[in-house]
Amino acid sequence: MLDFLKPPIQTFQDFFFLGGRTVANLPRRPHYGDDIAMQMDIIGVGSLPIVLLTGFFSGAVMALQMSRALAQYGASGQVGSIVAITLVRELGPVLTALLVAGRNGSGIASELGSMKVTEQIDAMRALGTDPLQKLVKPRLIATAVMLPLLTIIADFVGLIGGYLVAVPLLSLTTSSQYWNNAYRLLEYNDITQGLLKPFLFAIIIALVGCYYGLRTTGGTQGVGRATTQAVVVASIWIFVTTVLITRIFVNL
Amino acid sequence: MASNVTPVLEFKDVTVAFDANTAVDHISLTVRQGQSAVILGAAGSGKTTLLKSAIGLVRCDSGHIDLFGQDITVLDEHALYPLRAQVGILFQEGGVFDSLNIEDNVAYPLRNTIHLPEGEVPGRVLETLRFVELEHTLEKYPSELSGGMRRRVGIARAVVTEPRLCLYDSPTAGLDPITANTIMALLVKERDLKKTTTVMVTHRIQDGQILANFRYNPETGQLEPAAGSQKADLHTVFVVLRDGRLVFEGSEEELQSSSDPYISKFARR
Repeated sequence: MLDFLKPPIQTFQDFFFLGGRTVANLPRRPHYGDDIAMQMDIIGVGSLPIVLLTGFFSGAVMALQMSRALAQYGASGQVGSIVAITLVRELGPVLTALLVAGRNGSGIASELGSMKVTEQIDAMRALGTDPLQKLVKPRLIATAVMLPLLTIIADFVGLIGGYLVAVPLLSLTTSSQYWNNAYRLLEYNDITQGLLKPFLFAIIIALVGCYYGLRTTGGTQGVGRATTQAVVVASIWIFVTTVLITRIFVNL
Repeated sequence: MASNVTPVLEFKDVTVAFDANTAVDHISLTVRQGQSAVILGAAGSGKTTLLKSAIGLVRCDSGHIDLFGQDITVLDEHALYPLRAQVGILFQEGGVFDSLNIEDNVAYPLRNTIHLPEGEVPGRVLETLRFVELEHTLEKYPSELSGGMRRRVGIARAVVTEPRLCLYDSPTAGLDPITANTIMALLVKERDLKKTTTVMVTHRIQDGQILANFRYNPETGQLEPAAGSQKADLHTVFVVLRDGRLVFEGSEEELQSSSDPYISKFARR
């Protein structure tokens, strides 16, 4: 009767099994440093232009939107703190993660999916290489290191975007007041959740991408399906996780 | 073939199922040292699954598989690596790594499986690529080669470690007859020069007949028909699978004299 529950539970179980084995593999040799460096380059350096652009414009649009609302309360001078808090706590981590999920989560799923359907994963196992060690571990480490760094960069250029709108464009506040407010209002609590979130999102993006890639079946059509699933599932989990983390930090 | 010759690979009542589909259904089969086994069957008859289960790439749901005398069904993935290092396998899709050039592809098992000293790797790679007549492609990537050439790279990678057992999954699938014959000539050459035990999965009886009736002459560098005792020395056994079940096991003559309509489809060219 409850047969319809079987596939999602099975998927959940397989996903945690993959995650568990990958984490258990972290200290184990070989570490494939070259692969980690290459993935860091693809995920980190490769995503930089789009993260810079998105971060900048999200900060700018935030300042624009807030300018009217804050003016109603005569609090235009607070624009720096509003932009800083929104970016560091929420927009920076979530937007960056969604971009990386779309760009790299899909890339991971399609690359591993293609390898699966062309029997390269089987070949790897037949030649004595553990695909979790060689393919999943480097992608997990690279994403977990690069996503928090990308988020910090996105937060910073977002603040610059907000500054350009608030100070030179709309003259809502002075330069020193904007940066002072932005700096003063940020607490360790904000910084912690602003860095914890991208770290958890990175784990989700890398593992979901690898999971859907490694279970690909059905030729090239299957690769397309795996790629779409990886992006959709990772995006949903990013939103679910951000709500859970925010709920915990709001109570702290 | 004398039954006292050591079995290299032994399937004992093996069943493999994917969800509700039984891909391999209670198959028992023994492949002995020096023997060639030709596994025939229609698409979806379980040939590839059976071949992959031989080295634990696919786990069986029941039964036992002995590889070099060791039951692999009780071993975990890492414990299987030393056994897999003694087996060369050619995949139907090639399984050649897209991200590596041909030299690194062929060197992969030398570096990662048998851990050959780095100084000896280039010589061994060149020698093996010469064996498959692809020594001019060292720097190329798989995407730059034709289907037949990629298959030959796959063969080079399978045999570069001089394995005791070679598994070939549909080595001639999707190739033109001339390239298919070149590939089969390579398999016979590998078997006869290195005395490798060979298991080949195919749906083409012609491939099996080449393996059963030809031998490699090192003096002329050509294949020539094996006659009399030479043919008996080749020890080729034919197996036919149907819907995951083993429906025939015997010699080429027995295969051709079978009256079963399914089996006789494979027996005739």
